Amino acid sequence: MPVITYREAVVRALDEEMAHDENVIFFGEDVGKAGGVFKVTPGLYEKFGGDRVRDTPISENAIIGAGVGAAVTGLRPVVELMFADFAAVTLDQIINQAAKFRYMSGGQLKVPLTIRAAQGAGQGFGSQHSQCVEAWFMHAPGLKVVVPSTPADVVGLLKSSIRDDNPVVFLEHKSLYTEKGEVPDGPDFIIPLGVANVVRKGTDVTIVATQQMVKVSLKAAEELEKQGISCEVIDPRTLVPLDLETIVNSVKKTGRLITVEEALHAGGWGAEVATQVTEHAIWYLEGPVIRVTLGASIIPFSGPLEAFLLPDKDDVIKAVHRAMEP
Amino acid sequence: MAEKLSVETRQHMLKKMLEIRYCEERIQELFLENVIRGTTHLCIGQEAVSLAMAANVDAKRGDTVTCTYRGHGHALALGMPLKSMMAEMMGKASGCSKGKGGSMHLTDMEVGLIGTFAIVGAGLPVTNGAALTAQIKKTGAVSISIFGDGTPNIGAWHEAVNLAAVWKLPAVFLCENNLYGEYSAYGDTAPVPNVADRASAYNIPGVIVDGQDVEAVHAVIKTAVEYARAGNGPTLIEAKTYRYKGHSRSDPAAYRPAGELEEWLKRDPINLLADKMKADGQLTDDQLASMRKAAEKEVQDVTEWALAEPYPSLESVYEDIWV
Ligand SMILES: Cc1ncc(C[n+]2csc(CCOP(=O)(O)OP(=O)(O)O)c2C)c(N)n1
Ligand SMILES: [Mg+2]
Repeated sequence: MPVITYREAVVRALDEEMAHDENVIFFGEDVGKAGGVFKVTPGLYEKFGGDRVRDTPISENAIIGAGVGAAVTGLRPVVELMFADFAAVTLDQIINQAAKFRYMSGGQLKVPLTIRAAQGAGQGFGSQHSQCVEAWFMHAPGLKVVVPSTPADVVGLLKSSIRDDNPVVFLEHKSLYTEKGEVPDGPDFIIPLGVANVVRKGTDVTIVATQQMVKVSLKAAEELEKQGISCEVIDPRTLVPLDLETIVNSVKKTGRLITVEEALHAGGWGAEVATQVTEHAIWYLEGPVIRVTLGASIIPFSGPLEAFLLPDKDDVIKAVHRAMEP
Repeated sequence: MAEKLSVETRQHMLKKMLEIRYCEERIQELFLENVIRGTTHLCIGQEAVSLAMAANVDAKRGDTVTCTYRGHGHALALGMPLKSMMAEMMGKASGCSKGKGGSMHLTDMEVGLIGTFAIVGAGLPVTNGAALTAQIKKTGAVSISIFGDGTPNIGAWHEAVNLAAVWKLPAVFLCENNLYGEYSAYGDTAPVPNVADRASAYNIPGVIVDGQDVEAVHAVIKTAVEYARAGNGPTLIEAKTYRYKGHSRSDPAAYRPAGELEEWLKRDPINLLADKMKADGQLTDDQLASMRKAAEKEVQDVTEWALAEPYPSLESVYEDIWV
């Protein structure tokens, strides 16, 4: 199987879907001629031309709005927001327009729009360019929310997102762009939305983690293995729809649940998963459900502070120990 | 030709422009050495606008400024101590924002700097609010918002200029047109040849000025500030300038046509002012050379100092979230 980077996975999926369906168009700030600010989308402008791949002015409302309008009238747009934090500039178009259009029109309209953006911390970009924002969109029924952690997931899930008839917020983690991984060859490779990935099998504790935190959790699991604790690590990959079944089945087996996310404690996806698991499997739980998060903070610029804030292997190990306390 | 400023003002402006230039060059080096992390946006080539703006700001009167992530020069010109800025670049506790802000988030209310906004267009609405305070409290203060040529493509820009115009807020909107927004040329993203042309849509004065000539920029800002203080509302100023470096650390600026940078280098803002001062018998080559040396040394000394400063305590990560 070919090994590619997470960054290359984005352009592979876009390339395949643009070749597959001429209704797929792509636009955003400096995504065309310059190949993207994160150098994620090179070559598309040259290959598919300036009609289908467009550079826009710095106009997030106009970008998402044009995506919505094109989507309800027959195209299948992919738009880029660059840093996910900039979604805040255009929450109206995403939350009031894209998410609600189908519902408000009594099912007359569909919005096959994919909104790509790079989220996440770890690189010193400061408070307004580093946040994980998936929770913003989980609170807007009508949207799907995708958070890939590997190159294969990027390819498979981005293709699914583009083919989906609903608006999808596709959040790439900018610290993962250089991550390498095997991706099955061929244009037929696709991963459906709403199917979790059991990244590591285990019997004592279920750890649910996304994006950067999958790696962190796997490292913790390795170390815990040496201590005789067997962890099952699950990457939900999509938060809406959420593959609750896989998570609940795992907890029924292990009796313990830890969620690990690079986001805030209050109102994060971990809170949602924890609640849903208690609703569906409380009698199977043998210890407290513990969320490993950023706590209540804002991503700081200063290197030591940013590193301190981000959950690491030791935070996960501590949480597992707490959950295992008799 | 703009009115000549006093020799003291010229000396101050020249000294500060040199300080900004060396500081920016040093910051670039520190980035390449991985001492400074994240990203940075240099204002090399645009220094005259910073000095012209700062000379029209009186923080004691309550004047305020909002600008962009390309704000090191504005901060220093306003009088933010070099130490405070350099330490912030490195995420140190003694930085102006205690290390939490970084290159893109400089604040120093002592000098009237509300912030260097990292979200394009976010500064103008905030400047309106500061101008509203001045209007309601009758302080006579103004608020200046500085932004790039790509910024009028953001909805917030239009909302803010419109509001300031209808409320006649004491605000000045100062565009640094450096020909590019990230990798896109101005003309590829805007339908009007000049940013200042947009003023007519809001029935406010729109003025174009040579952004490399500090005295020329100073004169138009002075007029705009007086106009605003007299209750006439905002002015849109467009300073035509150029950034010598790429958009940010990672941009080699390959999209620029050959020879463009060289043309602009011929009208370097520091040299333009120095030449005027020489022509007026206010500066010799030797004096200029020693001013350069002094600026370079100051930047170097402050860099060494900042490198040795401590990082913030880890607990501080949870401080200053709420009052
Ligand atoms: C709302 C928003 N969209 C996009 C960006 C990314 N971005 C940062 S600077 C920039 C270009 C701004 O160009 P211009 O206004 O000309 O200012 P300059 O950088 O040239 O000073 C862009 C697109 C951002 N920071 N905020
Ligand atoms: Mg510009």
